[in-house]
Amino acid sequence: MRAPAGHYLQTVCYTPFHSRTAAANSLNLWHRWRDHTVADAYFDVGLEYTALRNACAVFDLSPMTKHRITGPDALPFLNRLVTRDVAKIKPGRVGYCLWCDDQGQVIDDGTIFHLRENDYRLCSQERQLDWLLTSALGFDVSIREETEEVASLALQGPTSCAVLKSLGLAAIETLTPFAMRSFAFEGTELGVSRTGFTGDLGYELWIDPAHAERLWDRLFEAGEFHGLKPMGTHALEMSRIEAGFIQAGVDFLPADRAIRADRTRSPFELDLAWLVDFKKPNFTGRRALLEEQRHGSRFRLVRLDVEGNKPAKDAYIYDGKRNVIGAVTCSMWSPMAKASIALASVKVPFGAPGEELWAEIYYQKELKWSRVNARCRVLTGPFFDPPRRRLTPAPER
Amino acid sequence: MTDAGRIVVIGAGHNGLTCAAYLARAGREVLVLEAAHQVGGAAVTRELTRGFRVPAVAHLLQLLDPRVQKELDLARHGLALARPALKTVALNPEGEPLVLEGNRIVSGPASAADRAAYPDFIDRMRRYAGVLARQHGRVPPRLAWGSWREALPAGLIALDIRRLGREDMREFLRVVTMPIHDLLEESFESPALKGAIALDAVLGTKLGPRSGNSVFTYLHRLSGESQDPALPRGGMGAVSEALAAAARAAGAEIRLSAPVATLIVVDGCVTGVKLESGEEIGAQAVVSNADPKTTLRTLLGARHLEAEFARRLEHTRSIGTAAKLNLALAGPPQFTGLAPALAGERLLIAPDSGYVDEAFNPAKYRDYSRSPVLEITVPSVADPELAPVGKHVLSAIVQYAPYDLAAGWDNERDAYREILIGVLERHAPGLRKLIVAAEVLTPLDLERQFRMGGGHWHHGEMTIDQFMMLRPVPGAAQYAMPVAGLYLCGAGCHPGGGVMGAAGRNAARVVLEGAPR
Repeated sequence: MRAPAGHYLQTVCYTPFHSRTAAANSLNLWHRWRDHTVADAYFDVGLEYTALRNACAVFDLSPMTKHRITGPDALPFLNRLVTRDVAKIKPGRVGYCLWCDDQGQVIDDGTIFHLRENDYRLCSQERQLDWLLTSALGFDVSIREETEEVASLALQGPTSCAVLKSLGLAAIETLTPFAMRSFAFEGTELGVSRTGFTGDLGYELWIDPAHAERLWDRLFEAGEFHGLKPMGTHALEMSRIEAGFIQAGVDFLPADRAIRADRTRSPFELDLAWLVDFKKPNFTGRRALLEEQRHGSRFRLVRLDVEGNKPAKDAYIYDGKRNVIGAVTCSMWSPMAKASIALASVKVPFGAPGEELWAEIYYQKELKWSRVNARCRVLTGPFFDPPRRRLTPAPER
Repeated sequence: MTDAGRIVVIGAGHNGLTCAAYLARAGREVLVLEAAHQVGGAAVTRELTRGFRVPAVAHLLQLLDPRVQKELDLARHGLALARPALKTVALNPEGEPLVLEGNRIVSGPASAADRAAYPDFIDRMRRYAGVLARQHGRVPPRLAWGSWREALPAGLIALDIRRLGREDMREFLRVVTMPIHDLLEESFESPALKGAIALDAVLGTKLGPRSGNSVFTYLHRLSGESQDPALPRGGMGAVSEALAAAARAAGAEIRLSAPVATLIVVDGCVTGVKLESGEEIGAQAVVSNADPKTTLRTLLGARHLEAEFARRLEHTRSIGTAAKLNLALAGPPQFTGLAPALAGERLLIAPDSGYVDEAFNPAKYRDYSRSPVLEITVPSVADPELAPVGKHVLSAIVQYAPYDLAAGWDNERDAYREILIGVLERHAPGLRKLIVAAEVLTPLDLERQFRMGGGHWHHGEMTIDQFMMLRPVPGAAQYAMPVAGLYLCGAGCHPGGGVMGAAGRNAARVVLEGAPR
């Protein structure tokens, strides 16, 4: 595939929803996501988060990198690429996955959408075309980045199913988690998957960019009585930490960007052992990961309940004595858990469930810095995990 | 026969045969599968036309590992030399040729200063080549080692360099990555001498004398036991026949005309091979004498490798640039200025280093040289049985003829042959009239007929970045491949190209360790 001539000269891009997100962004807060202009927040981070957890919220997902993988070897290619068994992701299903370099270090995580036989979409945080093409040597597949060709929205929260019903998507409540379905939508096709990055009931919507603005408008008409609000990246970030999801470049450094060998992490070191399927005879990183399984990991990603109400931003983690054993990768005050929570990467053998650790937190009040050593407890499971996330039929309130 | 303990060797090239012989001598059940109808790979003697037999590809024996010769008792298995050490003769169409023997300039157009300097130069280069020679019998160290035991071999290389002594060590480290042209410019003044050494440095590589690394390839050529090349009786095929006899005597079975189509992979392990005939043969281990890309991409399939490893392999350089010209002649060729006594020696057309470098230029742009560089032998002088009485065969390695010729070899082969014969005619007037049969083997033909990927004589460039623990690529430089049950034993592994047998011998050791009975 050839990029359009001079495409690299265009350094500021807008998503297909920009006319609508710009109108909604009363704070005029923006940042750059893969060259695209996206909202940090639209009207109030706290209220956007509250809408997400108590009603529902819409997030413009369009800049997320999307790759289309087709051809007779699409499945063997993906199975060699990622650590889990892609054969188990049937047509019409979605699977969370990650992929490693030869040393078993995580390059990125993402979701595989099995659109139809020999036709997959791979969504990822980072651009992956180079690695995908490298991995395609010896496979009969065609790989294309289609980020610009698909507009996407995340519709998340307890009333999200009700909004889609109001939009006229028949029997949407029967869609199971990690399933997807196509609907006719005003002369075009609307793809809906029951997926998301918030740990809540929610959907992601996929549509031809030409119809993006209309989808946004119809969605807000349908959501008027269901508390629908637009949500920026800050509110999404809060929800994903509560859900215990990790993010490339924040909770781990993509292996292809690391210079120092101890900066990367394996799936085991990110608490994602369940994504590694050694029953597959070959995938990139398999030998190194088997070796790691035999000899032990270096690090462990832990969820921490931090005493007090100070977010443990960038805090060093100490053992019971005075040794630094790790650092916080992301943290927040969780309104749902009513606790200060954090993800942290600590050295093995620290971080066993229930273990008591210490966070050295620096915080500022009116430009004056203070420090507190807060007791932390290592939790098992996410901070926030409502049953509605898994229920089918999906609750409509 | 049971599959359980069997070891299959793919390819009866000299390394495959060597490896098979060592494995069989260790009591293993060994089956060698050769695609061609005769053993030897590129070290074969073929009939060019009725009554004329030529060394089809390789034509001189210079690097054969003395341990292989001795341990496999190749003399008892029929290896004899028609000539143990050939002189080198740099042809000169204008007059007297330059004649070199050992570390001496015997005669010809060389200045007094060069005559005085040459022995020291050769002795010094031989000492440096000794550092490489000492690595031949070793399995290369891993780049990332976890224990002192693994780090030790790397330390041994450093020690070998250090043992050169302070002055030599410094000079070795200075020159080893240099272009041979620059080293020659600072060492000598006679064009013929510089041309002859330049040819030795670049023959079989995609390098010109002005390319970095060409001192290194020169040292590799000097890393054999004797400085001057030998001529086996019966052509190079005799070396392969002796190795095959040694392997058979030790109990190995060799099947000819049995091309392997694919490796059989079960649960990520190589468990056997499938022949082009469809027959499947199980094995505890498969050792491939094929080049690394053919083995791993074609026979195994990149999908069984890890992505970064496959990418690295893809990017190794293995574009052959040496072609072969074989002639059947009705009488002895008469080279201008060449005394009859020298007719059977190694004859070079490389009048100076600049000429060689200019011959290299077209290869960079996927074209062949109109003024090529040649290494010529007339083996029938010392070994009359190769041709009918009074008649001769001429064998020449020709550079530069890139595998990836832009115009396509199938369109250019005949024109190229005429150019080569024209060059010979200029040095040996009347030769054209003597030709009974002529054959030019371009790198494309070498790939087709001898299954060398890219038509590369050494199964991959012999450069420092593709040497020892980097040959063919890190992670596969210790003969065992990342896929269990698969090994490499050919010139694509350490210590590389030339009829050496060292790779086969080293590989056998690794196989015996990795696939115990």
